[in-house]
Amino acid sequence: MGSMNLLLLADGRFPAGGHAHSGGMETAVATGGVSDLASLHAFLIGRLATAGLAAAGLAAAACTTKHPWDALDAESDARIPSPALREVSRRQGRLLLRAARALWPGSVLDDLGAACGGTPAGARPSVHLVGPHHPVAMGAAAAAAGLEPLDAARAAVFNAVTGPASAAVRLLGLDPLAVHRLLAEMAPDMDDSAHCAAAGSGGPLDALPCPGSILLDLYAQRHALAEGRLFAS
Amino acid sequence: MPPETPPDRLRPLRVGVGGPVGSGKTALVAALCRMLAERLHIGVVTNDIYTTEDADFLRSQGVLDDNRIRAVQTGCCPHTAIRDDISENLEAVEELETRLAPLDLVLLESGGDNLTATFSQGLVDRQIFVLDVSGGDKVPRKGGPSVTSADLLVINKIDLAPMVGADLEVMRRDSVARRGDRAMIFSSLRKTDGAGEIAEWILSEVAQWAKPSSVRG
Repeated sequence: MGSMNLLLLADGRFPAGGHAHSGGMETAVATGGVSDLASLHAFLIGRLATAGLAAAGLAAAACTTKHPWDALDAESDARIPSPALREVSRRQGRLLLRAARALWPGSVLDDLGAACGGTPAGARPSVHLVGPHHPVAMGAAAAAAGLEPLDAARAAVFNAVTGPASAAVRLLGLDPLAVHRLLAEMAPDMDDSAHCAAAGSGGPLDALPCPGSILLDLYAQRHALAEGRLFAS
Repeated sequence: MPPETPPDRLRPLRVGVGGPVGSGKTALVAALCRMLAERLHIGVVTNDIYTTEDADFLRSQGVLDDNRIRAVQTGCCPHTAIRDDISENLEAVEELETRLAPLDLVLLESGGDNLTATFSQGLVDRQIFVLDVSGGDKVPRKGGPSVTSADLLVINKIDLAPMVGADLEVMRRDSVARRGDRAMIFSSLRKTDGAGEIAEWILSEVAQWAKPSSVRG
C-alpha cells in the first residue's frame, strides 16, 4: 500500500496546484540562465543540491510526526529567506494539505491544519494568509498516507526537480524524451539526496540540511514583480 | 464511496466562462459586471494565459472594484487549472467569497482554450461557453464537451456573420442537434445592450440557486 501512495503523492497529476509553478525556471529562462538541455541540467543539479535537499530534510522530519509543527514552521522560514518564496511555499502547502486531507483524512493532517490555521498577530483575519510550508505539508501528507520519512524525502526531491524540468519543456519546447533521460540520469543523485535528508529526520531540527540557493531567492523576488508571467512562481 | 456532499447553497453561485481565444469571454464578463453590478454582489477570477491581462482590462473598464478581481496563473495549461487541478482557482474563489461575503455571484473566466476545455464540477456550478462566428460556422457541429455540455452556449459577434460568411441558421441547427434543449443565445457584445439576454439567464440561475431546497425546481 505504501509504495502506491508514494506514487500518488509524487505524481505530477496530484491536484495540489503544482502544475502552475516553475520552481524558478520561468525567470531562469527569461533571463537566459536556462536555454537548452545543458543549462537545464546545471539548473536542476543546483536545485537538487539546495532547495531540493532542504525541502527533503523538512519533509522527512515532518513525516516522523515527532516534531512540533510550529518548530518545523520556524525551521522552514529560516531556510526560505525570500518573502515571495515563503508566500509561494505556504500557498502550495495549503493546497497540498487540502488535497491530502481529501485522500488521507485523519488526525495527522487535522492537527497540522489546526496548528497553521490561526491568524498571525497583526494580520488581517483570513485563513488564506497562513498555511503550512510546502515541505511540511508534504511530510505530513506522507505520514497520513502511511509512508516513511525516506518516502517523504523522495517525494520532496522528486517534486523539486521534476517540476522545473516540466516547466522547461513547456517554456522552451525542449524534447520531452531528452529531458526525461536527463531526469533518469539524475535519479541516483536524487535518491542519495533523499537518503541524506531522511537520515537526520528524527534528530534535532536545527541539524537538518540548510543549503542556501541565493539565485532561486533572487529569481522568486524578480518573478513576483514580472510582467507577462505564465507560472505562479 | 461516501455520498456526494450536496452543494452548500450558503455560498454564491459560481459560473465558469470558457471559450477559444478572442471569442469574447472578457468582453462578456465586463458586460455582465456592468449590467448586474447594481443588482448582485459579484466577484471575478480570471485565468489568463498571459498574467493579468484580462484582469487589467476589467479594471480599466471600471466595471468592478479592483479588490473584487483575482487573477490566477496557469503555467501554460489553462485547461488544467479549471479541470484537472482546480486547487489554485478554488483558493482564489474561496478567498474572494470569504473576504467579500456575502457575494451572490462569482464569475470564473478561463484562459482561452480549445473545444475540449470544460470546468470541473468541483469548481463551478454552471458554465457558459462562448464561441464567435468568425471561428467558422462549423464549430458547433464539431461538438466537443464544451459545446455539448455547457449550461449556456453563447454565439458571439453575430454582427460579423455576413462579413465572414457564417450562416447563423446552420449554427443554430447544429447547436440544437448537439445540445438538445440546453440554452443557446446569439449575441453581439459591441452593442450597448448586447449581453442583455445573457444577464437575464444569469439572474434566473442566481435566483434559482438562492431558493431554499423545498421550493427549488
